[in-house]
This record gives sequence, C-alpha cells and structure tokens, in this order.
Amino acid sequence: MKVRFWGVRGSIPSPGPHTMRYGGNTTCIEVRGDDGTLVILDAGTGIFPLAQHLLKQLPVTANIFITHTHWDHIQGLPFFTPIYIPGNTLRIHGPFDLVAQRGPEQVMDVQMQYSFFPIREAELKAAMDYVTLTVGEPVVVGSLTVTPLMLNHPVTNFGYRVDGDGASVFFTGDHEPWTNIYAPDDAEYADYQQIVDQQQAALDARLRGVDLLIADSSYTQAEYRAGKVGWGHGTMEGHVAWARRLGVKRMACTHHEPTRSDDELEKIFAAALASSGYVPGGPGEPEILLSREGLELVL
Amino acid sequence: MTTLTPELERKLGVAVERMPAFPRSVQKILELTRNINCLPKDLVGVIEKDPVMTMKILKVINSAYYGLPQKITSVGQSVVYLGINTIKNLALGFAAVGILPRMNAAGFDIQRYLLHSLVVGGTARQLATQFAKGEVDSGDAYIAGLLHDFGKVVFAQFLAAEFRNALAYSVEHGVPLHEGEKFAIGVDHGPVGAMLAKRWAFPEHLIDCIRDHHNPAAEPSAMMDCLRVADQVVRYREVGDSGNPWRDTEALAAPERFGDDIVELMAKLGSFDKIVEDATMFAQVGHEK
Repeated sequence: MKVRFWGVRGSIPSPGPHTMRYGGNTTCIEVRGDDGTLVILDAGTGIFPLAQHLLKQLPVTANIFITHTHWDHIQGLPFFTPIYIPGNTLRIHGPFDLVAQRGPEQVMDVQMQYSFFPIREAELKAAMDYVTLTVGEPVVVGSLTVTPLMLNHPVTNFGYRVDGDGASVFFTGDHEPWTNIYAPDDAEYADYQQIVDQQQAALDARLRGVDLLIADSSYTQAEYRAGKVGWGHGTMEGHVAWARRLGVKRMACTHHEPTRSDDELEKIFAAALASSGYVPGGPGEPEILLSREGLELVL
Repeated sequence: MTTLTPELERKLGVAVERMPAFPRSVQKILELTRNINCLPKDLVGVIEKDPVMTMKILKVINSAYYGLPQKITSVGQSVVYLGINTIKNLALGFAAVGILPRMNAAGFDIQRYLLHSLVVGGTARQLATQFAKGEVDSGDAYIAGLLHDFGKVVFAQFLAAEFRNALAYSVEHGVPLHEGEKFAIGVDHGPVGAMLAKRWAFPEHLIDCIRDHHNPAAEPSAMMDCLRVADQVVRYREVGDSGNPWRDTEALAAPERFGDDIVELMAKLGSFDKIVEDATMFAQVGHEK
C-alpha cells in the first residue's frame, strides 16, 4: 500500500513563497492498493494536481471518501478532470448530514449550482455514484477495505481506516479530541467525562497499532488553549501522545494552519516534539513527521 | 370511540415528526445561539428540559446511520457522539418548526404539563440515586420521567376533541385520566407514547416503562418503580398538571422499595424543593403550592 499527500493545508489554499516546501493545497490524500485500487481521502484543492496525474492513466475508477463537507475538503471536486471524460467512474462516499438531511450527493449538487459553477452535476460525463456510509461498516474496494469511524468536528466527520495488502492507515479528517463541556465543579462533570472516556477508548481500540496515523494537528497546545477549544482541530503535542498510546508505527501531522510559513511549521513541530520528550528512533517511539505535498510513504 | 388502528399509528407517527417544541426552550435556544460563543452546557441544559427536542435528538442519534453498539438515552451522550455544533443546528431546526401553543383545542395546558414532566424526571432521577443505585441508571430514570406522558401532549395536539372528552370523563367519573383515555380514545397515553418511542428506536427498557406505567400487571422494574412513585409524589404535591390529580385513596406504587407513607418518603427526598424550583424557573410558570 502506498500513501501520497496531494494537499496538506487546512481551511483555505495558501500558495506563496512561505509555503513552497510543504505546499498550499487543501486536504487530499491518495491511497493505492498493491493491485492499483485508487482510494482518495478528501477532495480539497490537492485533488487538482492528482487529477492531472491521473489523466495519464485513463480510464480511472476513483473511490473518493469525504471525511466531512467543509469547503477545504470538497472544493477540488469540480476540478477533478476525470469527471468530464466518459469511461471514468467516480464513487463519492461520505456521512449522512443530519442537519441538511442529505448524503454525500450534496457535495456536488451544492458546489455545481448555476451561480457558483458553469457546469451542472447532470452534465458530468463520468459514471457518478454516491454512497452514504454507516459508522463502523467497512466498504471493500479492490484490495482495500475502508472503515468509517465517528470523530469530533463541528459537522459530522468520519475518520477512515484503510486496511489492505497487510498494511493499515487511519486518517482523522478534521478532529478535536472529545473534551468535557462541563467545569470540574459542575454536577454533570463526572457523568459526562465517563462518556468522553468511553468514546475515546472505543476509538483507540479500533486504531491500536496502525502502520500510519494521519492526524489533524492544526495547532500547538498553547494556541489551542488560547482560544481554539471547540473549533474542531487537534494539537501536535496531543497527537504525539495519542500516537504513542496507540503504538502506531508512524504518525503524519497534517491540516497545517494556513497562516503558518514553512519555517514556522518546522519550528513549532520541533518544539512540540521536544516538549513531549520525543526521542527519534527511541525504543517503541513512532516515527513522527510533517506531511507535505508530494510526500509518498510506502507501508 | 377511536382505536389505535395502523392508519392512526402511522398518522400520529408522521405528525409527531413535525411537532413544534415548547415555547420556553424555543425562546432560549434562539437567545443562546445568537452568541457564537454560547456555552455547550447551556445549550444541553435547554434541550434536555424539552420533551420534544430531547425526543427528536435521541431519535436521530439512535437511527441506523450511526450504528451505535448500544442505544443512547441522554442529550449529553448525543453531544459527545455528534458534536455540539450539529446538536446546536438540529435544535435550531426544531426551534424553526414553531412553538406548541400553550392552550390547545383539548383544553390541556402544555406549560403545566411541561412542569409536571420536568419535576417527575428530576424526582425519578433522585429516587433512582437514593433508592435504586446500581439497579437503574439515573439518567435513564430522568428520560423516563421527562417522556412518560408524551402520549398526552400528542393526544392534545393531534386528537384534541377525543382528548377533551377523556379529560371530561375522568373528572365527571372521578377516575384517573388513563381510564378516561381508554373510554374516549380506546387506548391510553402509555401505549401511544411507547409506540412512538419504538418508532424512534429508543431502548427497550425505556419503551416498556413508557407503555406500562399505568399497567399494574406489567413486569416490575426498578426504573418503573422510580417513575411511578415520582409521578405520585409530584401529583401529591400538586406541581404542574398532568390532567390526573392525586387521589387520597392511592397507595404508593412500590412500598417494598420506598415504604408506604408518602409523607415520610417526601421527607427523605431532600432535593425535591430544589427540583421544583429549577423546573419552575425553566417552565416559567408561577410557584404553586
């Protein structure tokens, strides 16, 4: 199994001289099975360079798994060129949106409206298929099995575990570890904490020992505490601890904050590792790295 | 006389989906959500005091999409599972449906009904903690209390003429309201509430409790004991109105657990006045004796 990052930026594309090394495109991750099965995790602007690459391999069957419907995870879809070419197949998987009462078909319908885009969904030439997923129910595509798990973000967000060819990867999408909404002296605190702990334990049980954990590490712990609680994103320090607890082999930090320059990103990453007492190559330590556009990991 | 035909069952089920929430919670939700930084616990505090909003949230979370290993019975659990922003937007959607009118064609005062439900919920939770620890989850006891009479508000809303007759019959004949319902509607609010709870994929023990709280032949359970006695205590103290006044001839429902003297039991329930005070403040009706 191979994993390649095409977009690693959070929130909004951030091109420019300060993001040259890590890249400015929003989230898109390609996962390839050994038999060539193509799974694409999220369709941020990073899916556009991926589309250019795929044009050399037509026809394609692309199994797209959307973690959630916020713009930075879907905005590349209308520019995923294979949708305009007959013979290609696109299967877009995602959660049911409780508030909109719609499944993943809304990511195309909503973006491809007259006022926002010149082409309508009905005019696409590829075979389009939309699959609403159920939490915990695996979907088999070629040599890969994708299992959606419920994570925590201000809209329904599935993390995806991909298994196949003897390897495993989990991508959080956007995720803030569950926290207690009550203060320690509130009567409801203890009961709520128990639910939070159960939820975390249930997730951990599904992820123990994965080969690669790709985690939304938008903030530093200090930034998080200084006003980002409830925004739906995780921290570098928090995920270092998580990766260790899960016993994963590798952890890639992603969803880089859009105002962060490459230099700053490397600086806060080094500081987070140092403050966690991380010893690269130490016994039992996972390998921890920053995701960047073009990075390919072989699992 | 109407019976609960499959057709009526379907009609009620569909109608309840579009049922508006209680005036006070709609107002509070709109107030709270005007502030982008409103506290999640404040939102939960409002939602879990509204039987309609609570029912709708639990229905959504227990639906098949989320493949939960066990049914969820509290708004708090729903917030952990779905995230506060989703719960907030669902609540705003429920608020946008409109508000239940305080008085309906049945002449049933829903504000006093809400007060009754809130205090029965709070009391059932307290009884579970004090008298049935380890046997029944106190959160489940709260939900059972909050929703046990949901069938009545459904009758008042969607079978108003029949429910009016039921209320009149129980007053004229000096019998409990569920007897009047059986006479005028053909079925009492217990089975109707349970039928709806089943449609909403609620957990079995909660469905049983709602269905059988007026059925003396039903299999007893700790949760049922707490619910029945909470209901009696609240009617005895005349807090709110369920359309079913306390009768001096009533015996306490589960004497082996709570004793047979309601006055003594009340004395042991130290927090009752606080439960009434909180509920009254929320339901915004004047203090009652």
